[in-house]
Amino acid sequence: MERIPILRMGDILLVTIQVDMHDRLAMALQDGLTTKIAQTGAHGVLIDISALDIVDSFIGRVLSNISLMASVLDATTVVVGMQPAVAITLVELGLSLQGVKTALNVERGMQMLRAVIGTASEEGEDAGPED
Amino acid sequence: MPDTGNRLSELLTTYQAQLLAAWITEQSESLSDRSDLIKESELTAQGKEFLGLLRNAVRSGQLHDIQGSEWDPVRDMLAEVSRGRALQGFTPSETATFVFSLKKPLFTHLQQEVGMDAKALAEHLWVITVLLDKLGLWTTEIYQKSREEVILRQQQELLELSTPVVKLWDGILAVPLIGTLDSARTQIVMESLLQMIVDTGSELAIIDITGVPTVDTLTAQHLLKAVSAARLMGADCIISGIRPQIAQTIVHLGVDLTTITTKATMADAFRVALQRAGLTVSRAQAKA
Repeated sequence: MERIPILRMGDILLVTIQVDMHDRLAMALQDGLTTKIAQTGAHGVLIDISALDIVDSFIGRVLSNISLMASVLDATTVVVGMQPAVAITLVELGLSLQGVKTALNVERGMQMLRAVIGTASEEGEDAGPED
Repeated sequence: MPDTGNRLSELLTTYQAQLLAAWITEQSESLSDRSDLIKESELTAQGKEFLGLLRNAVRSGQLHDIQGSEWDPVRDMLAEVSRGRALQGFTPSETATFVFSLKKPLFTHLQQEVGMDAKALAEHLWVITVLLDKLGLWTTEIYQKSREEVILRQQQELLELSTPVVKLWDGILAVPLIGTLDSARTQIVMESLLQMIVDTGSELAIIDITGVPTVDTLTAQHLLKAVSAARLMGADCIISGIRPQIAQTIVHLGVDLTTITTKATMADAFRVALQRAGLTVSRAQAKA
């Protein structure tokens, strides 16, 4: 079965969706991501959906749920690179993903995550070597 | 009955020049005040072509059904003429006159030919009248169609013209909306705004509604949709140009715009946008 890879970059988990999301894949991602957050203690999750052309209400809800679940596990989620057509579809479906952070591209998303979790991680990591 | 076709094609062949001259005179009279729109030479050329094509079609013997393939050239020619006239600004009646004015000269010559046989004359007249009426109605139909095409094209152009997305600064877009916001226009505005956000990588868009005459619940909902869609892509929206009356209406209608940054003027919105982008505007030199 195909799987969506979850990459770890320091304090941040990086998910790039490059295939068509079907329902089971979305559930697998939700499962895998929450497990990984708990395992690694990551504070940020970046989901890149720039290659996603088609969404339905289910995928929209999964995205929203993932973000909520991550925040319960103390991680901030940013969804980046949404296509115009996808954005319009989600709005027409009445899913405006309230509470989900969004950014134009991966770079901006990373900046945003660093700004949110930066202070926390700096305290933890930078404090070590200096002492 | 069957000899009307022969009779008509004979008439058209024998009296071609006279028919044309009389027909042109007839047309020029009815179009006397439109001489600025069409030249007599053009009228003559069109008349000549039409008479020739009509003769060919009549020779086929099929006088009752002008939708047949024998009438294709005639219909095409008439379509071209009425399309041209619709664009030149003729009225529908003036356009239909092109065909109807042929009746008088044609009937005059027919009478001369047939002579005193009243019954035959009446039969011929009836067939020819029906035929010319059909052709006349055809021109009106085409006229109507081409006018509709013009209207449709203008609507399309209006839609495109009235929804520009302007780049104000690096990372700052502006959408000046002018005219009523309905679903179709919102869709276009939304699409072009989102595409522009992707193309320019802008994080801020100012939607200016100074030119929107009225804002009702539906319009507000459309605006909110556009803002939500932009937010999903990672861009923030500011709505500006809200006139006092519109502010009053929005509150009276109970529309909730508190989730969106709103400003009274475009200038205010631009100032906020610059601030968020970390830019300041200052005077280059102290005022003398």
